[in-house]
Amino acid sequence: MTLAPHLPSEAQRRRAAYRRRQTVTSVLVAAASTAALGTLLVVAVTGAPGWDRVRESFADPAIARDALPAVLTGLWLNVRLLVCCAAGALLLGLLVALLRTLRGPVFFPVRALAAGYTYTFRGLPLIIVLYVLTLGVPGLRLGGMPSVLVLGGLALVLTYGGYLAEVFRAGIESVHPSQLAAARSLGLTYRQTMRHVVLPQAVRRVAPPLLNDVVAMQKDVGLVSLAGPIDAVRAAQIATAETFNYTPYVVAGVLFVLLAIPLIAITDAVTLRAARRQGRS
Amino acid sequence: MSLLRCRGLRKTYGGHVVLDGLDLTVDEHRVVALIGASGSGKSTLLRCVNLLEELDDGTIELDGEDISDPRVDPDRVRRRIGMVFQSYNLFPHLSVLENVTLAPVRVHGRARAEAQAQARELLDRVGLGEKADAYPDRLSGGQQQRVAIVRALANSPRLMLLDEVTSALDPELVGEVLALIRDLKADGMTMVLATHEMSFAREVADQVCFLDGGRVIETGPPERVLGEPTEPRTRQFLHRIIEAGRL
Ligand SMILES: Nc1ncnc2c1ncn2[C@@H]1O[C@H](COP(=O)(O)OP(=O)(O)O)[C@@H](O)[C@H]1O
Ligand SMILES: [Mg+2]
Repeated sequence: MTLAPHLPSEAQRRRAAYRRRQTVTSVLVAAASTAALGTLLVVAVTGAPGWDRVRESFADPAIARDALPAVLTGLWLNVRLLVCCAAGALLLGLLVALLRTLRGPVFFPVRALAAGYTYTFRGLPLIIVLYVLTLGVPGLRLGGMPSVLVLGGLALVLTYGGYLAEVFRAGIESVHPSQLAAARSLGLTYRQTMRHVVLPQAVRRVAPPLLNDVVAMQKDVGLVSLAGPIDAVRAAQIATAETFNYTPYVVAGVLFVLLAIPLIAITDAVTLRAARRQGRS
Repeated sequence: MSLLRCRGLRKTYGGHVVLDGLDLTVDEHRVVALIGASGSGKSTLLRCVNLLEELDDGTIELDGEDISDPRVDPDRVRRRIGMVFQSYNLFPHLSVLENVTLAPVRVHGRARAEAQAQARELLDRVGLGEKADAYPDRLSGGQQQRVAIVRALANSPRLMLLDEVTSALDPELVGEVLALIRDLKADGMTMVLATHEMSFAREVADQVCFLDGGRVIETGPPERVLGEPTEPRTRQFLHRIIEAGRL
């Protein structure tokens, strides 16, 4: 089947031309206002009476260069911790969420335990969990104790697992009961229904908030340095103490943002895709 | 021999009695239409037969086996019964082909290639062969409902339960679904269908059951129940239907 080429009417051509002009105007206005605001900011900051002092103590290129290797080494710890802890927390969260959906009297203790876990660890500040695990547990002097780093990671997994479990549970509960009825009436068992029907839909729906929690976690993994291991922020703190200059913090801050950008971009893309899919159906 | 025999079914939701000693017998290769006012318990009856609801009393026999016995594995029973819902309930994250092959592969342990070949054949037969790789939200309501019927058929059920399968459809899409049900009847499928399409019930059903007050209060061939009802409540119901222009 071939379609005759569509010739736009006079009115449509006028509308298209108008829209093109509008687009050009909008771009120009945006560029002009951005330039004006930028200039204003630069003038205000650099023109401030204390600017030279601040620049010296927060943006000294030589100190930045010296601090960079130590901060990068610290950042590598952050990255490794984030990858392991995010994976651990996602798994734990999913497991706890699934345990909370189990029905039947046999599972009462499991359900109660899972619920108790999410209540406790969502209420407990991460720092306290961290101190208890990294300082308290080694104090027991049991044989075969894992390293402080592993215990600190465990604290992160336990704390974030509680949040992620609730996100997963919200996703599972958002799948309409009619989907369960359809799956069960095909003869699928409860487990098969969860695995093939409920979870795929639930995880897709909560992927944006899950990733958002992972982004938040990136900022919290550095707290393990409270127990000894040196992360990027702690490395910057050490460098600052040596030089009496805050530039290393700025270096660490910039690196954190650079690290977060891909993660945030992925989150945005996933959110957008989810929103589009919902708009379509 | 009767394929399905329900005796004295009772179902309540918190004090509200929905089924109150209901009896229903369905012989093999027969089509039974359930009619009755909205809220009379048609869906509840179908859900009880499929063991999606727990009974408060009564027994259900399928092929002579008491499936209401709590020791019976409900998953095993449901494999022999196909159910189709008013709102299609296709799995939105799976393609049409995956919707149809999910149960054959996961429940019956069939090889994927074999299940897919069978699914494509079934889809072809209902005129949806080209939609095999599409996702449900790209299909019209009539097409989705036909996929839902094919999905139930892929399990080779002994009995099909159809719950108002055309109620959510635009009028011009009802015909294609009804045509498919007609084909199933021609193939000898045993069916229990809740419907408010009286003309369709008259055409396709061997037996019509009028539900009221939690029981079947009138049953018989469609010409008789729909043409010369003896129970006053059946007459009232049919009057209302005629007034609404549905007969
Ligand atoms: N899950 C449920 N919880 C409480 N009440 C229900 C439930 N399902 C159905 N009912 C009630 O049972 C009655 C029968 O419903 P239903 O079987 O859907 O009727 P029908 O399909 O004939 O319209 C209605 O009054 C309805 O409100
Ligand atoms: Mg109903």
